[in-house]
Amino acid sequence: MSSLTKLVGWIDARFPLTSNWKAHLSEYYAPKNFNFWYFFGSLALLVLVMQIITGIFLTMNYMPDASLNNSGVPVAFASVEYIMRDVPWGWLIRYMHSTGASAFFIVVYLHMMRGLMYGSYRKPRELLWIFGMLIYLALMAEAFMGYLLPWGQMSFWGAQVIINLFTAIPFVGPDISLWIRGDYVIGEATLNRFFAFHVIAVPLVLLGLVVAHVLALHEVGSNNPDGIEIKKNKDPVTHIPLDGIPFHPYYTVKDIVGVVVFLMVFSAIVFFAPDVGGYFLEANNFIPADPFKTPPHIAPVWYFTPFYAILRAVPPMFGSQFPGVVAMGVAVMILFFLPWLDRGNVKSIRYRGTVYKVWLGLFVISFIGLGVLGVLPVTPLYTIYSRIFSVIYFAFFFLMPWYTKIDKTKPEPARVTG
Amino acid sequence: MSMSEVDRSKRRFLIAATTAVGGVAAVGAAIPFVMSMLPSERAKAAGAPVEVDISKIEPGMILNIEWQGKPVWVVNRTKEMLASLSKLDSMLVDPNSEVPQQPDYCKNPTRSIKPEYLVAVGICTHLGCSPTYRPEVSPPDLGPDWLGGFFCPCHGSRFDLAARVYKGVPAPTNLVIPKHKYLANGRLLVGDDSKGA
Amino acid sequence: MNIIKKLLLLVLAAPVVAMANEGLHLDKAPVNLNDKASLQRGAKTFVNYCLSCHSASYMRYNRLQDIGLTNDQIKDNLMFAADKVGETMTVAMRSKEAKVWFGAVPPDLTVIARSRGADYLYTYLRGFYRDDTRPTGWNNTVFDKVGMPHVLFGQQGEQVLHVEKHGEHETSKLVLAKPGTMTAPEYDAMVADLVNYLVYMGEPAQQTRMRLGVFVLLFLGFFFVVAYYLKKEFWKDVH
Repeated sequence: MSSLTKLVGWIDARFPLTSNWKAHLSEYYAPKNFNFWYFFGSLALLVLVMQIITGIFLTMNYMPDASLNNSGVPVAFASVEYIMRDVPWGWLIRYMHSTGASAFFIVVYLHMMRGLMYGSYRKPRELLWIFGMLIYLALMAEAFMGYLLPWGQMSFWGAQVIINLFTAIPFVGPDISLWIRGDYVIGEATLNRFFAFHVIAVPLVLLGLVVAHVLALHEVGSNNPDGIEIKKNKDPVTHIPLDGIPFHPYYTVKDIVGVVVFLMVFSAIVFFAPDVGGYFLEANNFIPADPFKTPPHIAPVWYFTPFYAILRAVPPMFGSQFPGVVAMGVAVMILFFLPWLDRGNVKSIRYRGTVYKVWLGLFVISFIGLGVLGVLPVTPLYTIYSRIFSVIYFAFFFLMPWYTKIDKTKPEPARVTG
Repeated sequence: MSMSEVDRSKRRFLIAATTAVGGVAAVGAAIPFVMSMLPSERAKAAGAPVEVDISKIEPGMILNIEWQGKPVWVVNRTKEMLASLSKLDSMLVDPNSEVPQQPDYCKNPTRSIKPEYLVAVGICTHLGCSPTYRPEVSPPDLGPDWLGGFFCPCHGSRFDLAARVYKGVPAPTNLVIPKHKYLANGRLLVGDDSKGA
Repeated sequence: MNIIKKLLLLVLAAPVVAMANEGLHLDKAPVNLNDKASLQRGAKTFVNYCLSCHSASYMRYNRLQDIGLTNDQIKDNLMFAADKVGETMTVAMRSKEAKVWFGAVPPDLTVIARSRGADYLYTYLRGFYRDDTRPTGWNNTVFDKVGMPHVLFGQQGEQVLHVEKHGEHETSKLVLAKPGTMTAPEYDAMVADLVNYLVYMGEPAQQTRMRLGVFVLLFLGFFFVVAYYLKKEFWKDVH
């Protein structure tokens, strides 16, 4: 017996190492027909780890302090420039973190798109989908609060606008806004609490949800581009799904390729265009926060703009912005109900009929269209576009029980294809 | 799948190659993070050599300056003070400065470049308090043997006027003499002893 | 499907329309961070003319080693307000006094090229003209009612704005009314150097960043090849 086997035996007597290795990697059977869209789950995990590590190192030098230093610049803003210039390699760590934020949303949006296409949210994966949605919510909170920390003009006014949305809630709105800010304006108290939430509270929640998401996945097993259950066809002797392959080594070696390709794209951005034309790092955020001067054009960061566009598309009713705020909230929350809105008798887009395909196409166009409109200034024409797209966005969900039912689906194959 | 077709040595080679390249990637990625914990440009700027005018220090007086955030003393020692140094050898731990607590050019009886000027880091070698300058001879609290020096208020360590430590006190070694050099016009540069410039 | 196509076109066209709406014409700044001589000339102009009112409080003097200067050169030629090369480019004028004199604190210029962009700065610094309705006597084509007087008018001379009416729309043009010590091309070159320096100062690490990026991408390319063959080898098993 080699010393390694001995060591593993010693550990196994005290900790379920081998059994966990087997359950989640070497004897976790995943469908063999995963395609390109199945890279984004592991990539999301990679980005999460990267954000945590870069975040820890940024915390070593960042200072959540809104007071002015000797040069009249807020300490928080100055500390970011300190990281960018004076801390050895600080610029790289900061760019990794800022690019990582956007990369997280790109990866998560593609991951969710995969779910939509192949019906990954449907029975028995409802809870898996809900954990995923909770991760998405936590991620939005994390990104929103992190964006305040550089304490630039966009940080300040972006937070100002979003927090003021809560004011629109009838009766308790102004008090809620006040409570979130901890002050009558966004100030030291707001910065400090956002820092606390951003660096510890929300990351803890995120980690817990990610564990729950993976556990739920490994309980029910992965879906696949054919949307059929591989567990229905098991080898009579070994009870291993006939269309399943062990995650390790097959998907580990495949995911390594995905990770390397992702890192190439990621590095290209970090090293050659970290601003991405003002979409990942906005020009106005290189001006320190000034509570007396609003920049001429404020838009949230790109990953929030679809929802922001919906907010702006809804006209005020009864002199209140509340309907817009509700619409924005519903636009996010409706996704939770997806498992019960879809009445189709197949899961995967491969076997759906034209009706569903058209609706999904319209939905994707609307979502991207809203995203683009959300970064643009308001004009009467754009407002009309925003309204059209918003209507399509909601129709995709609210009409889903109807159009998925009448959709002429094709028969699913008995075994996975391709 | 039939395992007989599997070229095991090829797999072993590819696994080793990927592990090696991945290992290089991991180390390469770790370097910036590890390096980021070194002193920043701001810390380096604060720790840069300090230039002071010492021509105004009266004989017997001390000038406190800050270098790298630490107190540095410059004492203009009188003839009597210098004469007292040689009388103390038997009471000191390291009278000849054998322990390298000073640059080589200060390994001499006065522990200095110019005999009269003592330049020392004012941090006790015991636990890091800053000793007090006590130039007076035989004060009541320090006893009749005291010929002037530095007394640490924290744990009672005693140092003479060349910053050498007495026997029987907690501090183990003499105080540190920093790198320094004299510039023109009675100016002293603490923290840099390079020739030229 | 026709509707989809139209919508798609609209989505793609929207940003272009938005760009066109911004209006303001900016001249392209000839930025070249590899031109060390230009950066050094720009640094000199910066400390001589800008640094008397504007700070660059995140920029350390000794960082100028990046653009090929030694500490002694920096000390002898560029440092007027500080005595240690490790210090940042602060300004002697206190912000309260500045507010009294100019109505606003002159902004810190360390990252001005990142918030405004090189082209804006290049156009702005060449766009001052005489306007007696302004308290300073100066106005600017890209920054209407600017608070800053024209600091470099000695070099550029005095421009005036000529507005011509062509029926419905009007065009405006800057005309040199009183020449300065420099010809127009010389002045443009000086501003170009200054803007080049400001772009460098906005992110001193950018040259290092791009150099390193090439190596990282080459390495990852190699990693991809190895990882791809590993994947291919193992996936032979899967039918």
